[in-house]
Amino acid sequence: MSTENKQFTISIYTENNIGLLNRISAIFQRRHINIESLNTSPSEIDGVSRFTIVVNITESQMKKIQGQIEKQVEVIKAFYHTEEEIIYQESCIFKMRSNLLFDERQIQNIIKESNARIVTVNRDFFVIEKSGRKEEIDLLHRELTVFGIMQFTRSGRIAVTKDEMKISSMLKALQH
Amino acid sequence: MKETQTIQNKAESTATTERISGSEAVIKCLLAEGVETLYGYPGGAIMPVYDELYKYQDQIHHVLTRHEQGATHSAQGYARISGKVGVCMATSGPGATNLITGIADAQIDSTPMVCITGQVGSHLLGSDAFQETDIVGISTPVTKWNCQVTKASQIPEAFAKAFFIARSGRPGPVLIDITKDAQFEEFDFTYQKCKGIRSYKPVPDTDENALKAAAELINAAKKPLVVWGQGVILGKAEEEFKAVIEKAGIPSAWTILGASAIPTAHPLNVGMVGMHGNYAPNVLTNECDVLIAIGMRFDDRVTGNLDTYAKQAKIIHFEIDPAEIDKNVKTDIAVLGNAKTSLKRLLPLVNKNSHNDWHQEFKNLYEIEFEKVIKHDLHPTKEGLTMAEVLKEINIQTKGDAAIVSDVGQHQMIACRYAEFNKTKSNITSGGLGTMGFALPAAIGAKMAAPDREVVMIAGDGGYQMTIQELGTIFQQKVPVKIVVLNNEFLGMVRQWQQLFFDKRYASTEMTNPDFIAIAKGYSIEAKKVTERKDLKTAIKDMIDCEGPYFLEVRVEKEDNVFPMIPTGASVSDIRLE
Repeated sequence: MSTENKQFTISIYTENNIGLLNRISAIFQRRHINIESLNTSPSEIDGVSRFTIVVNITESQMKKIQGQIEKQVEVIKAFYHTEEEIIYQESCIFKMRSNLLFDERQIQNIIKESNARIVTVNRDFFVIEKSGRKEEIDLLHRELTVFGIMQFTRSGRIAVTKDEMKISSMLKALQH
Repeated sequence: MKETQTIQNKAESTATTERISGSEAVIKCLLAEGVETLYGYPGGAIMPVYDELYKYQDQIHHVLTRHEQGATHSAQGYARISGKVGVCMATSGPGATNLITGIADAQIDSTPMVCITGQVGSHLLGSDAFQETDIVGISTPVTKWNCQVTKASQIPEAFAKAFFIARSGRPGPVLIDITKDAQFEEFDFTYQKCKGIRSYKPVPDTDENALKAAAELINAAKKPLVVWGQGVILGKAEEEFKAVIEKAGIPSAWTILGASAIPTAHPLNVGMVGMHGNYAPNVLTNECDVLIAIGMRFDDRVTGNLDTYAKQAKIIHFEIDPAEIDKNVKTDIAVLGNAKTSLKRLLPLVNKNSHNDWHQEFKNLYEIEFEKVIKHDLHPTKEGLTMAEVLKEINIQTKGDAAIVSDVGQHQMIACRYAEFNKTKSNITSGGLGTMGFALPAAIGAKMAAPDREVVMIAGDGGYQMTIQELGTIFQQKVPVKIVVLNNEFLGMVRQWQQLFFDKRYASTEMTNPDFIAIAKGYSIEAKKVTERKDLKTAIKDMIDCEGPYFLEVRVEKEDNVFPMIPTGASVSDIRLE
């Protein structure tokens, strides 16, 4: 098994419980592993939440972490995947001064070419939203930085797997 | 008792409701779960529950410890000797935080325990109210599960889940934090025992193919070695375990928490593995061809340096917790499941064998250990008393039927090495966490859970003083535990390391001790001090014969070391005899 760090996207199906985020993040913290991004949301199954966590660790570490996550009473199942096994998106929002739209014509080209979208424009500022892969967002960020960004924020990764995750059938089997 | 049964029947059959307060519901939940004894300490935020306890004192025995940590260790001792869930209770804030050491101890040693804490009223949560602390947050990493209850109506489900989770699968501690308003609030109570939780599979399925592969390896092995842990005891698999090793004729060694699962004198019992374990099983771990780990977790104190641990052997791991597989040692075959069921299914698959030559190797190495270490421990020729000869005398006078509750340090290693056990669940000690101060309160819980058994607590002068105030609990509750303090006026284990690895710089390990006899007598506990070998036998006899609690201080050699020893980072086979 590779001893090199790789990027893993972890999908965790859980019961919706107040303390669970704490419990799951503690698993990483205790082992001194940095969480690159974390997102929680409802899942495709009613009443089941889904965590999407991105970390850079070795596969052997990843397997152990998966075990520790699944050990938590309110975790239904945890999966981990490499980049190639998933379709993922991140989202980001830029707030910029409105005068740039008129003074710096290439901004409009950047927005068009990067498939970003203007969410709102008013007299003082306008807001650009962009969803995509990490590199695309990085590129857009680099291109816009030169004009001065008033605010920037970026979401955690969300991902679906190319192959099926046998969670629904598993849940049915678990149903008491 | 009658009330308990009524409630249980209600829970399982009709589930009728009655309008009661949250705090009364707490008591009824405990009764429905069969709790007869709980350990705790009252305070502001848990007072409504204590008020209800007052009404139910004929049905449930609350033991007031002298510190909340004592309550947790008592609950642990209770659980470890009985296999039942230990229960403890504390108020919010400092009461709750004082539970943490015991909870962490129960977590790492897989002890079933339910902790109940009071919390400030829900309208005060997050306001830094008096005695408010985020105990759910604090206890999260050291509990199997925890939750906060802010409405009385959540109490029955929380308790049902708590007991189910604490005792099922790999057991562990759980905590329920109940706000004060939830304790006062009235609601329609009905109790339903928890039978399962969707997201939680306590016992993984045992794979027949894995069992077959394990049996194949075992049958082909020329030098098999079993290392068993507490999983055998927690899984109530002692008989199945014995049947397998007897049929296959496999020498079997134990981890500290596995001790007493089979009698010490069993011919296949080759002793303890690990840092201060026996010579033969440690050395031969690196010579066996198949290592069969059963209900143990390859703790670093067991394995020494992992890079040189049993590299020549195929590893089979019988384990209930999938997260333990390949965690420390890469296994060739993992057999998941409860030890009882998997060993029962393994039995017909293994061939009868005796491995006489292989056993001879254990005997040969035992002889070396006997000459170099054991002989001097048990039959010393020097003047000072050894810890081991105290154990030897206890063995003789209790005929190996006592439960030994040890603290943490040199005396613990000596107790585990030399105590003779006839019965299972007899070695109660803090294994994983190494909690000094564990023994005295744990012995209280053990004795209360098993009043017919002789419970002998063994502590050093250091650990004893960490929870010495629990003498007050013994005094008030009249718990007839036998307390042995092996006094070397040092924090002996740390001193040993300072001697061996820190050029004898004895930084803060020398103890100036009080008059332990006077302290015991202050609690009306009969007490005696032994300083010379000639008095030891009678002193231990007096202690065992005494019907009430008894305190015995034995002055042992000040600077004795525990051997054998695997220095940190060394290989198991590099175990030192001197």
